[in-house]
Amino acid sequence: MSLIELQDITKFYEMGEQTVRALDGISIRIEKNDYVAFIGSSGSGKSTMLNILGCLDRPTSGRYHLNEQNVENLTPNELAAIRNQEIGFIFQSFNLLPRATALHNVMQPLIYRNVRWGKRKAMAMEALRRVNLADRVHHLPNQLSGGQRQRVAIARALVTNPSILLADEPTGNLDSRTTAEIMQLFDELHREGHTLILVTHEDEIARHCKRIVEMKDGRVHRDINTVTADAQVSN
Amino acid sequence: MFFVIIESTRSAMASIFAHGFRSFLTTLGIVIGVASVIAVISLTQGLRASVGQQFSALGSNSLTISAYTPLQDQMQGRRARLTPDDLEMIERRVDGVASITPLLYATRSSQIRYGSQTTFSQIMGTGYAYREVGQFYVQLGRFLANSDNDTRRRVAVIGDAVRRNLNLPENPVNEYVELGGEWFRIVGLLEPKGDIMGFNQDDIVLVPFATMQSIQGNQAQTDIQIQLRVSDDADVDAVVRRVEAVLRSTRGIEQGQRDDFQIQTPEQLMATVDNVIGMVTIVLGGIVSISLLVGGIGIMNIMLVSVTERTREIGICKAIGAKRHHILLQFLIEAVVLSLLGGMIGVALGYGLGSLVAANIPGFPPAAVPLWAVMLALGFSGFVGVLFGILPAGKAANLDPIDALRYE
Ligand SMILES: Nc1ncnc2c1ncn2[C@@H]1O[C@H](COP(=O)(O)OP(=O)(O)O)[C@@H](O)[C@H]1O
Ligand SMILES: [Mg+2]
Repeated sequence: MSLIELQDITKFYEMGEQTVRALDGISIRIEKNDYVAFIGSSGSGKSTMLNILGCLDRPTSGRYHLNEQNVENLTPNELAAIRNQEIGFIFQSFNLLPRATALHNVMQPLIYRNVRWGKRKAMAMEALRRVNLADRVHHLPNQLSGGQRQRVAIARALVTNPSILLADEPTGNLDSRTTAEIMQLFDELHREGHTLILVTHEDEIARHCKRIVEMKDGRVHRDINTVTADAQVSN
Repeated sequence: MFFVIIESTRSAMASIFAHGFRSFLTTLGIVIGVASVIAVISLTQGLRASVGQQFSALGSNSLTISAYTPLQDQMQGRRARLTPDDLEMIERRVDGVASITPLLYATRSSQIRYGSQTTFSQIMGTGYAYREVGQFYVQLGRFLANSDNDTRRRVAVIGDAVRRNLNLPENPVNEYVELGGEWFRIVGLLEPKGDIMGFNQDDIVLVPFATMQSIQGNQAQTDIQIQLRVSDDADVDAVVRRVEAVLRSTRGIEQGQRDDFQIQTPEQLMATVDNVIGMVTIVLGGIVSISLLVGGIGIMNIMLVSVTERTREIGICKAIGAKRHHILLQFLIEAVVLSLLGGMIGVALGYGLGSLVAANIPGFPPAAVPLWAVMLALGFSGFVGVLFGILPAGKAANLDPIDALRYE
């Protein structure tokens, strides 16, 4: 079985009279150590897709297996445990806790799995070192540049050693130089064996990935393996 | 679980101090409520302790008899009085009295002069037996003697405060002071007793009872107090009943009429004091519970604001794996810490206030806060925190992660 298996996933929003079909029947498999980019025009359902993959949101219908576990009928607390253990989420707007230092931000997810203070600190330091921020651990988010903040967020995602890293337009708020730095970091993480799933609308970024999934109106429009240049076009 | 509580407390403190002034205003209701109760408790407890001290110094077998005019009679202009005749009757007809002494308080303001120095003091006419009844002992000279009374000698025994106020020498014996136009020779200096019951026990001048009567002139107005000590082998209650019977018959009180005098034992006085303190405490408790309620609503209000403000943070925490109870505890502990801080500030403030008041009323006993009052105040504040924190905390814990993250 694959790391991620989606079967006929839909997500509808009722907006008054009208139903918005944010996801309209998605079936996809993602393997371990995959490096996937979801691309597509704005409103095509990329974020909705990623939120469901990250167990932040529930689909209206369809099957979702993560690590051979059916995520469908889990309680909110069980989903929280999955987000804590299996998933590292990286957001466009960083989403760091504003009053916590870089170190405390990275330590935060470990609180929820009852790691002791000393161990927690050591693990967080290790993760921050991994993203080259060992010299900024006591800075607050507003004392860091955008690129540094995103690296703190990546360290926070990495610290729990999750099965997948999900990033929704991780470089959307960054300039081109820091974008290049962050992408280099993602490439390294991929080489180290991590599974990465990105959402982007920049071709430049998608080109880093092994696989590009193009979304259109809540469906998979094209699924391209950039290594073999093998494209599967749906519809 | 313990672990989660520590973490939650840490972050609760951080967010309370991040909004220092707002947190302070929020806790103000609790602070004021707790401070007022602690201030009053500290005063009443201080008072109670010193009253208890004084009564135990008097001994449980001493009785105070004084005239008592019912309110009705007072309005008709009648006033009951105790006279030396009453004392004589008790002396003659009641057994089991170890010592008995009259007390005559100066009715007019009592100025004392020594050289160019003047002061006001409590002047009492009494006798030899008061030494034992009132537990007054001299450090220099002698106490009043029976012969002083018999010959209406113009002599006085003074307290240490009087000696200081008049700039009298360390040994004032045989110095003369002027008292109501007469010269009195000082024959004794009392041992210092300190402040008791809002009244400096060293600011006192004792003169022979008969001398006091004579310088007060209008003897028809004389209203004395009688203090007596029951002998160790006699029963206090029996003596009280006997005194009552004697006074009723000599004063011609018919059956069914009320006594126009009262006999008080130290226990009775203590019980009265306790009664008053208990009543004050109950009334205060009502006021404070309203104040704590208002304080609690203030905390709930600010916690609801805080949950809304931090919706995104809650979303972030949920996205990285916080469960319901993590968020719930975080906000609940914040509310409890907030109200406990209010409680602690209130205790400190109340004690400060009580001490300040006690220090500024001359002769008032020092304020005292018993541990149970502190515990009760903190316990109540904590309870208020839980009670009014649970709703906002529950609201935070139940947020949907994706909605919370999207919140602008
Ligand atoms: N909470 C929501 N309520 C209503 N409609 C939504 C909501 N979230 C997303 N949508 C709609 O779903 C569609 C897909 O949105 P999204 O996944 O954010 O697109 P993308 O990330 O590709 O730009 C859009 O049409 C959007 O308007
Ligand atoms: Mg999007």
